[in-house]
Amino acid sequence: MKFIIAIIKPFKLDEVRDALGTLGVAGMTVTEVKGFGRQKGQTEIYRGAEYSTNMLPKVKIEIAVSDALAPQVVETIQQTASTDAIGDGKVFVLDLASAVRIRTGETGDTAL
Amino acid sequence: MIRKLICGAGAVGASLLTATAAFAQEAAAAAEPAVEAVVDKGDTAWMMTSTVLVLLMILPGLALFYGGLTRTKNMLATMTQIGAAACLAMIIWVTYGYGLAFGPEGNAYFAWGKWFLAGVTPDSLADTFSDGFKLPEYVFISFQMTFAAITVALVLGSVVERIKFSAVMVFAAIWLTIVYFPIAHMVWAAGGKFFEMGALDFAGGTVVHINAGVSALVAALILGKRIGYGKEIMAPHSLTLTMVGTGMLWVGWFGFNAGSALEANGSAALAMINTFVATAAGALAWMVAEKLAGHKASALGFCSGIIAGLVAVTPAAGNSGPMGAIILGAVASAICFVAVTVLKPKLGYDDSLDAFGIHGVGGIVGALGTAIVYAPGLGGPGDGSVSIGAQLGIQAAATGATIVWAAIGTAIAIYAAKAVTGLRVTPEVEREGLDLGEHGERAYNY
Repeated sequence: MKFIIAIIKPFKLDEVRDALGTLGVAGMTVTEVKGFGRQKGQTEIYRGAEYSTNMLPKVKIEIAVSDALAPQVVETIQQTASTDAIGDGKVFVLDLASAVRIRTGETGDTAL
Repeated sequence: MIRKLICGAGAVGASLLTATAAFAQEAAAAAEPAVEAVVDKGDTAWMMTSTVLVLLMILPGLALFYGGLTRTKNMLATMTQIGAAACLAMIIWVTYGYGLAFGPEGNAYFAWGKWFLAGVTPDSLADTFSDGFKLPEYVFISFQMTFAAITVALVLGSVVERIKFSAVMVFAAIWLTIVYFPIAHMVWAAGGKFFEMGALDFAGGTVVHINAGVSALVAALILGKRIGYGKEIMAPHSLTLTMVGTGMLWVGWFGFNAGSALEANGSAALAMINTFVATAAGALAWMVAEKLAGHKASALGFCSGIIAGLVAVTPAAGNSGPMGAIILGAVASAICFVAVTVLKPKLGYDDSLDAFGIHGVGGIVGALGTAIVYAPGLGGPGDGSVSIGAQLGIQAAATGATIVWAAIGTAIAIYAAKAVTGLRVTPEVEREGLDLGEHGERAYNY
């Protein structure tokens, strides 16, 4: 099993969700996050007081998938979330040791 | 035009003259044929409406305007300080404030008498500006009470996010006593220093705005900067609420300005239209100034321009033609923009919500500008008997004296509060937020 963490632009979330749905991804966890990479921040001015915000809003998606599905999921996220501009985000893939479905106690791939 | 108050025995006596025919005949023979004092119900209804409109300016208008500009953690503290200081002002007003400002006896600097409103009844009358037309004195007392309440609340704009709640209450009581009541007397009461000089202050540019603005500056200087000022982000937590508060302030300001005519008449109508157009000009001028300075036209700039325009037109409301008011609002707004964006950072003081930058600076521009827009040649309602230059001298003298009086009085009041309660919250409370530290609550529980 793999645990996939993707940081993407917020407005791309629906598109990514739909694309992953057709792949057979059964669930995901979404969090609104802030961070920075290569993209520059914005400047806000309030009555002349300038604040440069170097943290930009992004969306973090967490998905647990079987080893077989993982490469397709990564590729789909990469293609759907891309705008060819800096700030599109990153995808990280981790090995996942175990998974348990709380309702039934099922483990492994069947729990996903 | 300046409001004055001559009330009490004479006026009440006149209305009771019809008690007996014989007495009436005797009085008519003795006195000059005077106009019978009439309480106009239209005037009274308008003044009662104006009074609650000024209350709307404080709660929730000013509370939301100021509150939105603070950080999330200080929202409740800011609004509570404003509300509590205003309430304290109301209680003090009816115990001795009214006596000190408008009491039956007095000198050029303060008055005395009518402590605890002694002798005031539903039949007591207060003067308007028209001979023979009176207001119930309770209405006049209530109207003036709201002015004291909003002025002390305005001062707090420079010290929020770090001053103790207890210090606010002590400061408010002392400040009202030694700064507000004497200046209100000097400007508005018959026999007052500036009143006799012929200073023009239609609705309180000197008493309310210059007074509050200068006091705010002095208080902020003594109190010191907020922790992290200039280093940490102190962006307003909700410009939405600030915009809501701004709208309420503008609406309430019609009570403040047009109500200061003390009658529902042409003078009130002039004040009303000026309160529209000067404000509109102020809002647009601030955004133009932002654009010229290389920024974007902003929502906060829009709100700030509205307040600057309102402040500037306050002394001029019934003392200017509409075209003069437009110029006055626009010029004051642009000058306030420079004060808060250029002057304040250069001087380095931390006036949290720009109480001085907008009320102080806008008030001074308004007070001086009133001398110019009052002139009949420029569309003002003046009769031209005093030249613009001479009037400007009078306005400058009243402004200067107010600045000195307010600065000294505020220093005394702030140091007194420091001695009694201490001024600032602890650094831990300041970091954690005054909402939790001073009031044990959070503004927002998501």
